[in-house]
Amino acid sequence: MRRGAAVRGTGWLWLAPVVLAAALLFGSAVGETPIPLSTVVAVLASKAGLPAGVLDPVDASVIWHYRLSRAVVAACVGASLALSGLILQALLRNALAEPYLLGISAGASTGAVAVAVAGFGAGMVSMSAGAFAGALVAFGLVTILARAAQGTGVQTTGIIILAGIAGSQMFNAMTALIIAQSASAEQARGIMFWLLGNLSGVRWPDIRMALPMTLLGLGVALWHVRTLDAFTFGADSAAALGIDVRRAQAMLIGTTALVTAVMVSIAGAIGFVGLVVPHAMRFLVGVRHARLVPATALAGAVFLVLSDVVSRIVIPGQVLPIGVITALVGAPAFAVVMIRGRQR
Amino acid sequence: MSDTPILELVGVTRRVQGRDLVSDVSLHLRAGEMLGVIGPNGSGKSTLLNMMAGLLPPTRGQVRLAGQPMVRLRRQQIAQQLAMVSQAAETGERISVRDAVELGRTPWLGPLWPWSARDDEAVQAALQAVGMEQMAARDWSTLSGGERQRVHIARAHAQAPRILLLDEPTNHLDIHHQIGILDLVSQLSVTTVIALHDMHHALRCDRVMVMQSGRCVALGAPLDVLTPALIREIFAVDAQLIAHPAGRLPLFAFQRLA
Ligand SMILES: Nc1ncnc2c1ncn2[C@@H]1O[C@H](COP(=O)(O)OP(=O)(O)OP(=O)(O)O)[C@@H](O)[C@H]1O
Ligand SMILES: [Mg+2]
Repeated sequence: MRRGAAVRGTGWLWLAPVVLAAALLFGSAVGETPIPLSTVVAVLASKAGLPAGVLDPVDASVIWHYRLSRAVVAACVGASLALSGLILQALLRNALAEPYLLGISAGASTGAVAVAVAGFGAGMVSMSAGAFAGALVAFGLVTILARAAQGTGVQTTGIIILAGIAGSQMFNAMTALIIAQSASAEQARGIMFWLLGNLSGVRWPDIRMALPMTLLGLGVALWHVRTLDAFTFGADSAAALGIDVRRAQAMLIGTTALVTAVMVSIAGAIGFVGLVVPHAMRFLVGVRHARLVPATALAGAVFLVLSDVVSRIVIPGQVLPIGVITALVGAPAFAVVMIRGRQR
Repeated sequence: MSDTPILELVGVTRRVQGRDLVSDVSLHLRAGEMLGVIGPNGSGKSTLLNMMAGLLPPTRGQVRLAGQPMVRLRRQQIAQQLAMVSQAAETGERISVRDAVELGRTPWLGPLWPWSARDDEAVQAALQAVGMEQMAARDWSTLSGGERQRVHIARAHAQAPRILLLDEPTNHLDIHHQIGILDLVSQLSVTTVIALHDMHHALRCDRVMVMQSGRCVALGAPLDVLTPALIREIFAVDAQLIAHPAGRLPLFAFQRLA
């Protein structure tokens, strides 16, 4: 007998924790000095209060304070950005929509920098709040620009991406301006951090912010899987199917902006994750969001953990900004999605 | 039975940029009837249907669903009673026919009301009703225009509505499927509003509303409304009504006015 649409094809889900754990272990073991997996497991066991034998305190410290925390944050950022891309693609009916290309990440960077570097808000607002405000302003501006440009001859799907690129350029310029003006360069974390992303500074306290936000994003997306499906034939069709379109858009886009903003304030603006991962998952598990949402979250997490590993080992003795790696994968993927869209 | 009309329009107007797309239309929809809406291109049929579906708010006037003002109902409540097949709903997603029909169950589901065997039955019945059960696994992008239209109708069918709004549903369909859709719709125990261009199809409706420049210019039984004089005035063609040789619905012969 056929099983219901909600559960059909989700049997692989029990694998998710296994795959995620494997990626995290791998991310903790690989680096400038490789540490055997057995040592990684032993360190984790000892942290969990299990007997683990004698451990090299340096190894233990590297794994616990540096690599594992970094891998967990990478997983959170990856899952969040991938889900954000998926949600934006569904709501905007645009295969190229994702937080980075729509300028949301750049707006979040500007907002975070305005608070952290320029002291905007006089210490009353956190960097995440600044990033959230920046993300919303950016998305608002990009949508207004796209609306205003409608009917100028550019194809509708292209307009919002062009608007997003224009928005990104402007916000990145503002970010650079604020950083250049600020006296203390070390507090500024460097312009490359905000433009390309970097996980180097990540420690355990960042997880207290990253993990709940990721779970929030995942929870909201799972709650709305049918809503996201209902947008298949556009917003009018979703409304005819009983979706309160305004509310759904506010809720989902608001969550996307919030989650993206928090991730940007932790790891900088990492691009293309929201483009590459959802499209790969559509290919693997189909277009229904009951499957697509968990698959995208998992694959996003794994993708960013692996990208981070690559960024650490590809040039010996040097750590590349992680955004370089995701862009090297993502830009060709952008081209592929664009060309396939044309053929339809 | 109460005499509250299932759907009611009271002086409904839709004004955009100083022009009335629909102007002061009133209507009581009777339970179970099939109402045809006919009129030239741009006369406001789609706009009117969208207001009936609650998708466009009227600028003036009111739409009432089972006595309740539409604006006060939640979208989900509306969608449980009313389904709409729009003129051109397209997607670039690689969804299957079954996926598309399953969307029709959306108003009956929620995060806490999961998919059940009843939903599977509704989808299966809808696929059968439009003769698409053999193609349930087909990819949307591989369907012809007429097949897509039938899937849209199946989706609306799966929604199990009391009112079905169809905007030119026989567009793209070959003659066999045109008649098939009309037969299907008239067999369903739902109240139907159907925007049409074909006068012969309009003759099969219980009532016909004729629109011109956003106004309702006639409303009544098809043969009372679709007179040669009215057709001449609205569509600028000369029409002759010819009796069917076997005694069925009469036929029209048209000729453009010189
Ligand atoms: N959003 C809008 N803004 C301005 N004008 C509009 C808008 N929507 C529709 N119109 C105009 O309103 C008129 C009625 O449009 P509508 O789509 O309701 O006509 P219709 O009777 O369904 O035509 P058709 O037979 O071609 O489907 C048309 O002249 C159309 O150009
Ligand atoms: Mg129309």
